[in-house]
Amino acid sequence: MPDTPLLGPSASDIATGYRKSITKRILIVGSAIAVLCLTVLLDIVSGPFDASIGRVIQVILQPTVATTNEAVVIWDLRLPVALMAVAVGAMLGVAGAEMQTILNNPLADPFTLGLSSAASFGAALAIVLGWSLIPGVGGLFVTVNAFVVAMLTSLGLFAFTRLRGVSPEAMILVGIAMLFTFNALLMFLQYGASEIQLAQLIFWQMGSLARATWEKVGICVALLAVVLPYFVYKSWALTALRMGEDKAAALGVNVSGLRLAVLAGVSLLSAVAVSFVGAIAFVGLVGPHIARMIVGEDQRGFLPLSALCGALILSGTSIASKSITPGVVYPIGMITSLIGIPFFISLILTQRKRHWQ
Amino acid sequence: MSGLHVTGLDFAYGSRPILKGVGFAPLPTGKLTALIGPNASGKSTLFRLIAGLLKPNGGQVHLGDQDLAKLSTRKRLQQVCFMPQFFTANAALTVFDVVMMAQKQLRGWKVSSADIDAVAEALHRGGIGHLSEAYVSELSGGQSQMISVVQALVRRSDVYLFDEPTSALDLRHQLDVLGRIRDAIADRQVTGLVALHDLNLAARFADHLILLGEGRILAEGPPDTVLRSDAIARTYGVEIEVTEGPRRDLLVHAY
Repeated sequence: MPDTPLLGPSASDIATGYRKSITKRILIVGSAIAVLCLTVLLDIVSGPFDASIGRVIQVILQPTVATTNEAVVIWDLRLPVALMAVAVGAMLGVAGAEMQTILNNPLADPFTLGLSSAASFGAALAIVLGWSLIPGVGGLFVTVNAFVVAMLTSLGLFAFTRLRGVSPEAMILVGIAMLFTFNALLMFLQYGASEIQLAQLIFWQMGSLARATWEKVGICVALLAVVLPYFVYKSWALTALRMGEDKAAALGVNVSGLRLAVLAGVSLLSAVAVSFVGAIAFVGLVGPHIARMIVGEDQRGFLPLSALCGALILSGTSIASKSITPGVVYPIGMITSLIGIPFFISLILTQRKRHWQ
Repeated sequence: MSGLHVTGLDFAYGSRPILKGVGFAPLPTGKLTALIGPNASGKSTLFRLIAGLLKPNGGQVHLGDQDLAKLSTRKRLQQVCFMPQFFTANAALTVFDVVMMAQKQLRGWKVSSADIDAVAEALHRGGIGHLSEAYVSELSGGQSQMISVVQALVRRSDVYLFDEPTSALDLRHQLDVLGRIRDAIADRQVTGLVALHDLNLAARFADHLILLGEGRILAEGPPDTVLRSDAIARTYGVEIEVTEGPRRDLLVHAY
C-alpha cells in the first residue's frame, strides 16, 4: 500500500477546534445564566406594586432596609413566584431532555408519558369529589393528590416495563394509553362537577405560579439537588444512548437499567413540577430542543442548557403573564404556548441541521 | 497477556440454534485473525458472546487464564472492545464528541487536555480529521464506518472485535482501514479478530483465518491452508480457485 499523505487538518488543529467549541459552550451557558438572573429581577420588579430595579436588588441583598410593604411584596409574594418559575422551568427542561434521550423520541415530554393528565386527574379528584388520597395534608391536598396520581402512573409504567421489557416504543405507547385513560376519567369527573368546581378545575389545569411558597421552592430545589447530580454522573452513558442501544451497550452501558433509573428521576421531577404549578405544556418539549439546536447533544452542554432554557422560558412567561394587561395575571400555561411556539417555529425554520429524520 | 480462546460455545435464539460447540485455541497476540463465513453463519453472534453482550447456553470464553464470564459486563467490555459497525445517526453529536465518548469509556464528567489530544490524534490518523466538527447525522455510511473504527482504536483493550469494518468503504479506504487495524494490533501486541466477507481482503491482511459455517468452526489456520481447503467451497456453495497475484499475494476466485 503506498504511503498516502494524510489529508485534512493536523491533530493540533483538531484539538484547538474542539477546545474552542468547549469555550463557546461555557460562554453560552454563562450568558444564559446571566440572562436568567436578569429575567428573575424583571419578574420581581414587574407587577402592580412599583419598585425600581435598584431598590429591589437592595431589598434582596439587605432585607433589613425594606419597609413592611416592600418586605411583603418582594420577599413573600414575588421572590417565591420568580424562583418557582426558575425551578419548575429547570425541572421540566431537564425532565423533557432526558425523556427524549432515553425514549429516543423528539416528542417525549411529561405529557407524552401521561404524567400531566394523571396529575390533572389527581387534582380533579380533590377539587370535584373532595377526596384526599393521603390524609392529613390539609390545604395542600390538591397538590398532593396530583403528585400521588402522577407517581402511581409512572409506577404503572415501571411495572409494565418489568413485564414486557424496556423498549422505547412500548413505553411511549403505554404513556399515550395512560394519557387517554386519564383524560377520559377527567371528563367523567368534569361531567358531574358543579360550575364552581369546573371553573376551579380548569383554572388549575391552565397552570399558575401564584400558588408558589418558599416551602414549595425549597422542595423543588432539593429535588433538583438530588436528581441533577445523578444525571451528571450518567452523562456519558446518556450521550452514548443517543448513538443507538447497540453502541451504548458495547461501551458498557446497562441500557435497560439506565432507562429505568432515568425514568424514575424524570417522573419525580415532572410529577412535582406539574402538581405545584399545574399542567404547563411546551416547556419540557421545547426547552431541550432549543438547547439541542444550540449546543448539540453532548450531555455536558445539553443537560445544563436544557435546564436553563426551561427556566428562561418559564421566567419569561411569568413576566409576560403580568405585563400583557396591567393588573391581570394570566395563567402561564396558555402564555407558554402563545409566546413560545412562534419562537420555536422560527428556530426550526432557520436551522441548518435536522436531527430527528 | 496471552490470547483469547473459546471452548464449546453453544447459543440459540429461542429454539433456533446459532452456534453449536464453537471453540478455538488461543489466538496469537499481535496477529490479525479473520473470521469468515457466509451470511447468517453466526459471526456477529460469536462476537457478541465473546464481548458478553449475549449469554451463551454453554461453553466458556477465556482471555489467558481469566474466565471472562467472571467479570462484570462493564469490566469485560473494557478488556474486550466490540464496536458494532453502524449506528443510528440522527443525534446532534459531532464526530469529535462520539470519539471522545469512546475515549472516556463512561468515566467522569470532565475531559482532560490529554483526552482531547488523544482524540484529535486518533481522528487525524484515522483520516477523518476534516469531519471532526461535522454532526454524525450528516455522514455517509462509509464515513460512519470509519468513525466506528476510530472509536474502537482509541480505546485501550486486550481484545478487539471488528464486525465487517469495511463493508461500506471504497477500495482505498478498505486497504487503509484494514492496514491501520493490523498495525494497531501488532503495535499493541493484543488480540484482533475481524469478521470479513471479502476473502481477498482476508487473504491479504489476516495472519490466521477461522471459517465459521452451520454454527461450527469448519476450518482454521493460515490463509493459504484455509482458502485452499475443501471446506471453504462447500460452506459457501461455490467453486473456489486460489492463485498467486503479481505481488505474491493470494487471490481468491469464485465461480
